[in-house]
Amino acid sequence: MTIRFILDGELVEVADAPATATLLDHLRYRLRRTGTKEGCAEGDCGACTVLVGEADGARVAWRAVNACIQFLPMLHGKALMTVESLSGDTPLQSCMAANGSSQCGFCTPGFVMSLHGRSIGAAGCDLPVEDVIAGNLCRCTGYGPILTAGREVAPVVRDDAALATALAAIPAGASGDGWYAPATVDELAALLAAHPQARIVAGATDVALWVTKGLRDLGTVIFVGDIAELRRIEESEAGLTIGAAVRYAEAHRALAALHPDLGELVRRIGGLQVRNAATIGGNIANGSPIGDGPPALIAMDATLTLAGADGRRTIALADYFLDYGRQDRRSGEFVESIFVPRPHAGDVIHIAKLSRRFDSDISAVCGAVRLRVADGAIVAARVAFGGMAATPRRAAACEAALTGQPFAEATIARAADALAGDFTPLTDVRGSAAYRRQAAASVLWRIWHRAAGRDVSVRDVEAIGA
Amino acid sequence: MHKPSLPHDSAALHVAGTARYVDDLPEPGDLLHLAFGQGSEAHARIVAMDLDAVRAVPGVVAVYTAADIPGENDVSPLADDDRLLADGVVTYVGQPVFLVAATSREAARRAARMGRIDYEPLPALLTIDAARAAGSQIEPVQRMARGDADAALGAAAHRLAGGFAMGGQDHFYLEGQVALATPGEQGQVHVLSSTQHPSEVQHLIAQVLDVSSADVTVEVRRMGGAFGGKETQAAAFAAAAALVATTTGRPAKFRCDRDDDMVMTGKRHDFAVKWDVGFDDAGRIGGLRLTLSSRCGATVDLSPGINDRAMFHSDNCYFLPDVEIVSERWRTNTVSATAFRGFGGPQGMLAIERVMDAIAAHLGLDPLDVRVANLYGPGRDVTPYGMTVADNIAPDLIARLRADARYDERRAAIDAFNADSPVLKRGIALTPVKFGISFTVTHLNQAGALVHLYADGSIQVNHGGTEMGQGLYVKVAQVVADVFALPVEAIRITATRTDKVPNTSATAASSGADLNGMAAHNAAVTIRERVTAFLARTYGCDEGAVAFTPAGVVVGGETIPFGTVARKAHLGRVSLSATGFYATPHILYDRAAHKGRPFYYFAYGAAVSEVVIDTLTGEQRVLAVDILHDVGRSLNPAIDLGQIEGAFVQGQGWLTTEELVFDDAGRLLTHSPATYKIPTASDRPARLTIALWDGGNVEPTINRSKAVGEPPFMLALSVFSALSAAVAATNPAARAPVPLDAPATPEAILRAIGAYRAA
Repeated sequence: MTIRFILDGELVEVADAPATATLLDHLRYRLRRTGTKEGCAEGDCGACTVLVGEADGARVAWRAVNACIQFLPMLHGKALMTVESLSGDTPLQSCMAANGSSQCGFCTPGFVMSLHGRSIGAAGCDLPVEDVIAGNLCRCTGYGPILTAGREVAPVVRDDAALATALAAIPAGASGDGWYAPATVDELAALLAAHPQARIVAGATDVALWVTKGLRDLGTVIFVGDIAELRRIEESEAGLTIGAAVRYAEAHRALAALHPDLGELVRRIGGLQVRNAATIGGNIANGSPIGDGPPALIAMDATLTLAGADGRRTIALADYFLDYGRQDRRSGEFVESIFVPRPHAGDVIHIAKLSRRFDSDISAVCGAVRLRVADGAIVAARVAFGGMAATPRRAAACEAALTGQPFAEATIARAADALAGDFTPLTDVRGSAAYRRQAAASVLWRIWHRAAGRDVSVRDVEAIGA
Repeated sequence: MHKPSLPHDSAALHVAGTARYVDDLPEPGDLLHLAFGQGSEAHARIVAMDLDAVRAVPGVVAVYTAADIPGENDVSPLADDDRLLADGVVTYVGQPVFLVAATSREAARRAARMGRIDYEPLPALLTIDAARAAGSQIEPVQRMARGDADAALGAAAHRLAGGFAMGGQDHFYLEGQVALATPGEQGQVHVLSSTQHPSEVQHLIAQVLDVSSADVTVEVRRMGGAFGGKETQAAAFAAAAALVATTTGRPAKFRCDRDDDMVMTGKRHDFAVKWDVGFDDAGRIGGLRLTLSSRCGATVDLSPGINDRAMFHSDNCYFLPDVEIVSERWRTNTVSATAFRGFGGPQGMLAIERVMDAIAAHLGLDPLDVRVANLYGPGRDVTPYGMTVADNIAPDLIARLRADARYDERRAAIDAFNADSPVLKRGIALTPVKFGISFTVTHLNQAGALVHLYADGSIQVNHGGTEMGQGLYVKVAQVVADVFALPVEAIRITATRTDKVPNTSATAASSGADLNGMAAHNAAVTIRERVTAFLARTYGCDEGAVAFTPAGVVVGGETIPFGTVARKAHLGRVSLSATGFYATPHILYDRAAHKGRPFYYFAYGAAVSEVVIDTLTGEQRVLAVDILHDVGRSLNPAIDLGQIEGAFVQGQGWLTTEELVFDDAGRLLTHSPATYKIPTASDRPARLTIALWDGGNVEPTINRSKAVGEPPFMLALSVFSALSAAVAATNPAARAPVPLDAPATPEAILRAIGAYRAA
């Protein structure tokens, strides 16, 4: 397999790298671009942040990603920018050097690339600076000067027309050494029929850790991240249809438009570098009990379309998760798209992700509640939780306690109590069973307090006299 | 008064990605990569070890066990009890048992997991309580006392007892542990190490290899963060690399994986605290008995000094008339706890601040008024260890911050908010810091420097201090530049090397600039004096008529460019190279009695933190922080402000989001940034103001500056007290201490609320 990508205007061809070599190792030890650092090798610190560009008509769409969890073949047909691509004295770099944005300096190139991405209009550039660097950890500075630099630096206009042309000239789909990169859904279905045990990889934000940390051999890999049909978002009156390979960052705006809580949830899924790689389809397909997307999507009555060589079928997302590590995905099937119905105007919705840290953390409990209220009565209720069971799933007893009841404090109290019948959570590294039970109930109580006009999140308030 | 603000000397390299760390150097073709095979048991005898599968992994060149170590199997700082490779017994999960050298990093790491080790389990003590029950200590209980605490407790108008727990902290330096060893002639070895203590790494390598210290050179240009975690913890990786390099004759690099690093290296000590306090109606303490129990882990490491410092800071800024501080140092089957910014000080200080909060809650007073009532002052100015507090600026500093941050006004507004807000509760607190500056082991308070003036007028500076991001190099360069009235750009700062300056102390205890700045100053002054004498001789004038100015060297009316002066001095056969030395004066400590003057001076500060908590979920946010901090006459205000902000946020992390979780088998579950959560940018308070106190050090330190590395870490105690105040607002009638443990995770806050509402 020959992997081709464009680095600083030059075509780079790699013919001798293993399929699961990481972009970070290739940069550091083959290309000797050591400005990109390894801080964790699991996508949590951002020291290895680089910008990846894809042709989008006459322009190039850039996004910041963690090079440590990008497999090298995923770069095929893309453009790449590392800290060495910058002059060293761009206005951003000069500002950061002068204002104390670095102390030990190890995390600094990663921050430079995240903020440079923001300045050139990379994915997520409309987010506040805090969010753009939420996936970059600094242990020295306390972040103040970095935030200042990020806010002060002016946008930079790039002319990427020539780069877009050069990218378009790279033949699609590097395959070989057990790595397949189908270009269409039909090709994917055929490949999967031929290799039913193959590992499907989209953003690799989870699977790459099996290699960097687990030192596992992935066997046959089918990379779906470049299948255009799987990367569409279709909006209609009825709702959103999101292709399985749509990244969280790409769907952020459309999901936030369905409900602000959904937007806030997406904002808190990983750092921007992770959302720029991780797909919603992958977050569902891997069946993690603590994936943050599924509980909210279940509460929205999302459906899942699975496809394969034998055709396609659509199921309720809630029914996809069978048991720990077991999903309703048959041999040869793949997740094709997710449909998220548009909520009714009168739906009362609350989605809460509870974790030790607000940004770039995994939840102890992720809860989503959607109540359809008419004339003061709850006519329908959807309550779903992650972190409370072996799979993300609905809380049937809680829903029953809500449905048909007046939207009143007593109803909320009964519904909160009913959660005890729905879940027997475990104690693990992210929280005790007791905390999980109490926190889950709090999600319901928040609905009530918010309806009463009270601030319910510490993120809603500012300092006294600020 | 303060010296000018200059950016970090490597800032331009940092932002360009061209600052080189150990792993960034070109790799020699015959480089070997290393990994440790780790033990899986907390405490067990190794019955059998089968490493055939390890050796069979393609690329593996050599595998080492304890028996393959030519010298002493020890990489410990004090007690000869840290094995490089386990010898017959493992005492914590993750302990290095064997060492793999392979032609690739992946092969080494893969092979390291292939060892088959049979264990015979031994009783594992994982917690403070278990160690106490078994009487397992790293050293006897230490007692620091004055007067009659029992009598004072009995006589006090009010008496209250309580306790709490505080967690440890992983350093989470962004650059993990790393070392690169290159073999030399005759068994010599050169080691690039990411360490705060190159001399100790050198000595330990010599010991492990059974060679002399003169055969080993350790070099450190910069670390990608350290925070105490590379004071003793770097030695094992460096020694392993040196062992492989000298036995195979090939260069060897040990770059540790993040998860392995977090499992294998020590962390801040977690503590359990018990207190019994007697006080008057104003909250002024009459008697106090404080018990500080720490989990030291499997070996001694630096625990004696760390726990001593916890005792030293159990007074913080407060006079404790009759006091007994008991310090228990428990040995457990967990990774040995080690140095971390503050070195026990934060734990001791948090203990007394919680006592202040408890007294205030009991009496229904503003905690700040209780704090002020207890401050050191005239006639109340001797610490429990017998040192007179001669530089007590805390009362003035607190008063100024109280006014500037509008503490009283905001506290009233917060009370009003809380009365009307059932879900969200706010809290505010002002806590002070008084931190003792000096290594409490007296002999460590020394430093050396080497300054070369080249014949072209350029200057190279070397000293024993290491650069971990704190800006030591630029501060020392400024000191040397000032001696010659040169711009700082004229000074070339070079990597710290044991062959340039020997027998150095660790860059630790916030002492880097104090010690090395003064040593470099002394070296530079020696050269300047030689040149001055030469010029006076040459020009036939008094030495007093020679002046170093920014325009050049003035010799009797003539101004000569500095480079010309250097050339002339060289031709005049003047030695233009000098060593400098400095030993901190006046300090003396009797550890057996826990009496004396362990510190040269104190650094002060205070912070006001305003927080909000969600009483439904336990979530918290720090909304606003105002800091007033004392760095004496700053050597570089920009660097110092960066240290203050970074330390504060790191302290905030320790007390809020950073939680270390071990399972019942002693395995660390929070061994990666996926589960261990240091603050992100959005955790930084939306408003954070920092002002420097205007006043010089009363002691003649370099420029009358004060140390800054550690003291501001403890400004974050204000966050914890503010969170406690917010929890207290859930039951204002309770008038009881808030049972909040650190870190104040959402779960801990919710638990505290539950208990407090029931109080």
